[in-house]
Formats: sequence, C-alpha cells, structure tokens
Amino acid sequence: MIVEVCGLRKIYDGKQRVVAVDGIDLTVNEGAIYGLLGPNGAGKTTTISVCTTRALPTEGKVRIAGVDVVKEPAVARRGIGVVPQYNTLDRACTIAENIQFHCLYFGFSRADARARTAELLEQFHLTERVGAYPSQLSGGLQQRVQIARAIAHRPKVLFLDEPSAGLDPQSRIAMWEAVRGLRHEGITVLLTTHYMEEADELCDRVAIIDHGRILVEDTPAALKSSVGAEKVIDLKTAAPEKLAGLAAAIEQVEGVVRVEKMKSAVRVFARAEDGIVAKVVAGSAGHGVIDVVTAETSLETVFIKLTGRDLRE
Amino acid sequence: MATVAVLRTVEIRGNAAMYARAFAGLFLRDLYVLRRELFPFAIRVCMNPLLFLFVFTYIMPHMSGGAANNPTAAMAGAGFSTVLLPGLMAVAIMFSGIAAVALPLSQEFGITREIDDRVMCPLPVAAVAAEKIVFSAMQSVIAAGIVFPLAYFVPSTPVHAHVSSWPFLAVVLVLASLVSGALGLTIGTAVKPQQIGLIFGVVVMPITFLGCVYYPWAQLDKLRWLQMGVLVNPIVYMSEGLRAALTDSPHMQEGLIIGMLCFFLALLGWLGVRGFLRRVVG
Repeated sequence: MIVEVCGLRKIYDGKQRVVAVDGIDLTVNEGAIYGLLGPNGAGKTTTISVCTTRALPTEGKVRIAGVDVVKEPAVARRGIGVVPQYNTLDRACTIAENIQFHCLYFGFSRADARARTAELLEQFHLTERVGAYPSQLSGGLQQRVQIARAIAHRPKVLFLDEPSAGLDPQSRIAMWEAVRGLRHEGITVLLTTHYMEEADELCDRVAIIDHGRILVEDTPAALKSSVGAEKVIDLKTAAPEKLAGLAAAIEQVEGVVRVEKMKSAVRVFARAEDGIVAKVVAGSAGHGVIDVVTAETSLETVFIKLTGRDLRE
Repeated sequence: MATVAVLRTVEIRGNAAMYARAFAGLFLRDLYVLRRELFPFAIRVCMNPLLFLFVFTYIMPHMSGGAANNPTAAMAGAGFSTVLLPGLMAVAIMFSGIAAVALPLSQEFGITREIDDRVMCPLPVAAVAAEKIVFSAMQSVIAAGIVFPLAYFVPSTPVHAHVSSWPFLAVVLVLASLVSGALGLTIGTAVKPQQIGLIFGVVVMPITFLGCVYYPWAQLDKLRWLQMGVLVNPIVYMSEGLRAALTDSPHMQEGLIIGMLCFFLALLGWLGVRGFLRRVVG
C-alpha cells in the first residue's frame, strides 16, 4: 500500500467547532489513480492537506510510501508531489525556471535539473512557452505546468486537489491525458473532485465522501452497478398532488427497478431495455407529466442514492 | 543495537544533507530573482538615505543662515553627518528586512499562495522561515554597504569614521541584519495583507524616529524617560552598534549592544518562525 490513511480525524477548534474529517480509513495501491469524490466541504481537501503534511491531524495516522507524515514530514515530502486547487507557481520565474528550481530544492545537481526540466517541458507540450511567466499563460497551461513541476522530483504519489476546477472542457481533457500518462511512470495519483465525470473517466477506484466520512469505496463500474439500474428517467409534473398516483403507475411498468418521489418529479430507475423510455412515458399518461429527462446511471446517481442530495447542492 | 545506531546516524546525516541542499536551493532561487531585480533593489536602498543626506547634510549647510535653519543639525553641531552615518545604515538594514520579507510574505500568504509550494520542499518548515531571515540578512548587509559610501561622501561637513575593531563591526552588522530579517518575518506573518500598508505608519516610522538613528542614545540623558523607553526598540541597538563600530561618537556599552541584539534575534526569530508555522501548517 503506497498510501495508508487510518482513523483520520481533523477538527478545527475555533469560535465554531468544525469536524472536517470524521474518521477516514483509506488505502491506495501502487500505480493506481484513486479519486475522492464528494461535494464542496465534504473533507476532501482537508484529507489531502493532512496527507501532504500541510495540516496536522487531530487523530489518526497517515503513511505515504511507508513514511509517517506527522513524525517525519520533511522526509515524507520527498515522496509526495502536490498540485493544490490554486496556482502556486513562482510568479517571479519563467515556467522552465519554476521546474528547474523545484528540482534544485529536491537535491538535483544543476545539470540534472536542466535535463529533467527539458524532459518535462517536452512531455507536457510546453516547449513553445519555455520563457513565459506564469501570468502569461492560460489557466489550463498553468495547471499543466503545476503538474509537471509536482512530478519533477519523481515522487511516488501525486496529489491533485480539484485538478479541473476552473478549466474549460478542452483543457480538462488535456489534463486527463496528462494524468493518465503518469501511470506509465509508475506514479500513484490521488485526486479529489466534485465532477462525477472526472472520477468516472479517470479513476481506477473511487471513494465517495460526505461530511468527513467515506460512504462507499469501489471501482466506478461496481459503484454504478450497485444502483441496480442503467437508466435514470426523471418525470416532472406540474401537479405535485398527482405524484403518488404517478409513482404507483410507473412501478407497474416492466423494466422499472425502483421509483423515488421528489419535490415535483418522480425519479425512475430502470434497466436499459429496448423501448424502456417509451414504456415509462406511456405509463405516465394522465398523471400531469410535463417533461422527461433521461440519463445513464452515473456516480452522481450513486451519490444521490447514498445521501438523498445532488453533488452540487 | 550497534547496527541500529549506525543506521540511525547514517539516516540523520542523509537527512541533514537533504535539508542543506533544499536550503541552498531556496537561497539560490532568491538570489537569482534578486539579481534580476537588482536595479529596483538599489533604488529602494539608496533613495531614502540619499535624499536625507542631500537635504540635511548638503543643502542645509549651504543655505544662507546655515545651521540656523536646521535645528537638528544645530543640535548635533558639525558632527551631525557623523551621527547620521551609522543611523542611516541601521535604517537601510531595518528597511531591507521589511521590504525583503514582510511585504512579499504578506502577499504570498494572502494572495499568491506561492509559499505553499515552498513549504513542500524536503526540509523542516521552520528552515524555510529561517531561509527567509538569512536571505533578508544578506540583502541588509548589501544595503548597509551601499549606504556607507553615500553617507561618507554626500555630506558637505566632514564625516569622522574609522573602524577600531573589524570583528566587532562584523558581528554587529550580521546580528543587526539577522534581527531585521526576523522582524520582517514577524511582521509578515502577523499582519493581514490588507493592513500591510499600515505597518509603515504603525511600526516602521516609530521605530525609525525613536531608534537613535538621528541622535546618539547617550545624548538623550536630559530626557530620561525617553532614554529608558527606547530601549525596547531593536533599531536602537542597530544604530548604536554601528555607531560604536564606525565612529567616535558617544555610544552605548558594546557588551550591552551585542547582548540585546542577540536577545532580539532570539525573540523575533521565535515569534516569526512560530507565526510562519501557524500560517502554513493547519
């Protein structure tokens, strides 16, 4: 196990006592891309902060590549690469200098630092912008430089905190490619996100986290199949008083696994059978349905099933 | 058991080497950035003493009526330029600490968060703070070196400077520079970035004007309360130390100066590092 988190709790004692992390146990296999998925304020960033020696835990232990991050933070940092949510690039240095100095901090010789910088600029398609200062780059490029810099000292584990926050879709896909590429270098990646697509697309395993606790942990495929249905159909109605009748009617439709009543809609979980949408729509006739929204089962569905809330709420 | 002890020693040595290289890397980066900004650095260091000397020790003595228009100079007599030499060097040292550590640090904590990357280096976080102090001290020594020729050659009245003990001068210069770095660190970690402008009014101005920069401490004997009161100001020991090392003006006892500079280095260093740790480790 390259990342071992055991009984982690973090409580901020201030005017208002905040339990940010409430007993997290987590293990990540070497070479995996592991995702912590949860809404804002779930405790993802705090967990990462403790793992990367930036915050002290109230209770519990964290070992990264066998090193206790509380007892030996400086030694642990050698095996850790971090890309925080915000841009921490050195504004006074060009992007090449950013990477080069990072290498020097980690004990590289000048020649090795130069060679490693050239290699990373090539790998992350940054060669054209070598002399640019961070402020001259777009958000997507800045993010790429941050990842390149974070892995410059060849860490065993890379922590990415909300890597796609603020990125346009194209930059996000480029970032995903860059992260996938790290697998070939044997770098384990632990990332936090509140984008279910990101967790689904990128991660080998996902832990869904809410209110400082891990609710469930598995591969994205296993998590989605735990819902027991492949299709989610929302039937919106203008007449909330008819919801009960609508739900009862839909439950009878063949292929429907489960029906949940919401404020002004009924959420139908169904198997992806031929003609399922038509059957559900036909079954809803006469119950005041004004709109139909269909979707595949996603990690968001899993989250909703577990918490009763949307990820973005 | 012996093997374990040997392994442990090897590990500690290995870590010490790792820390030293990280520290050197941080220092090298700061040096590199400073080299690029050498011109603004020189302007920042020179402007205040140059204008001060020009007005009080060049223009005023040349004005008709001479010292009559310049009560400060009249008080200090012809020796005013000699009083100013160590004083302005002390101001340059102190101001470098503020400009090199306090201002950028408060920005980094509040806005750029660059410091978050620096503390991920493989060395204890306290050492990252110490690097700030040491690098600032280096700038302070250079600043004092730049001010010396200015304060020596600009005044129209003669400056009587000679070094009776080079080791004493070196110790005072290094200690004063480190104290100023520690002061910068303390301010930078204690003050919110929105309030950093206030620091000039609340801290920099009072400690400069009440720091025995423009007058020797010994001549405050008629104002006993002030003479005792200013003893809490670290700038007093910087100016008095340089005064003792560079001139024959009356000055504080040398042992007391060194002792108090050490005391302020320990106090401000501790406050600064503690503040730094509190700001970067949650």
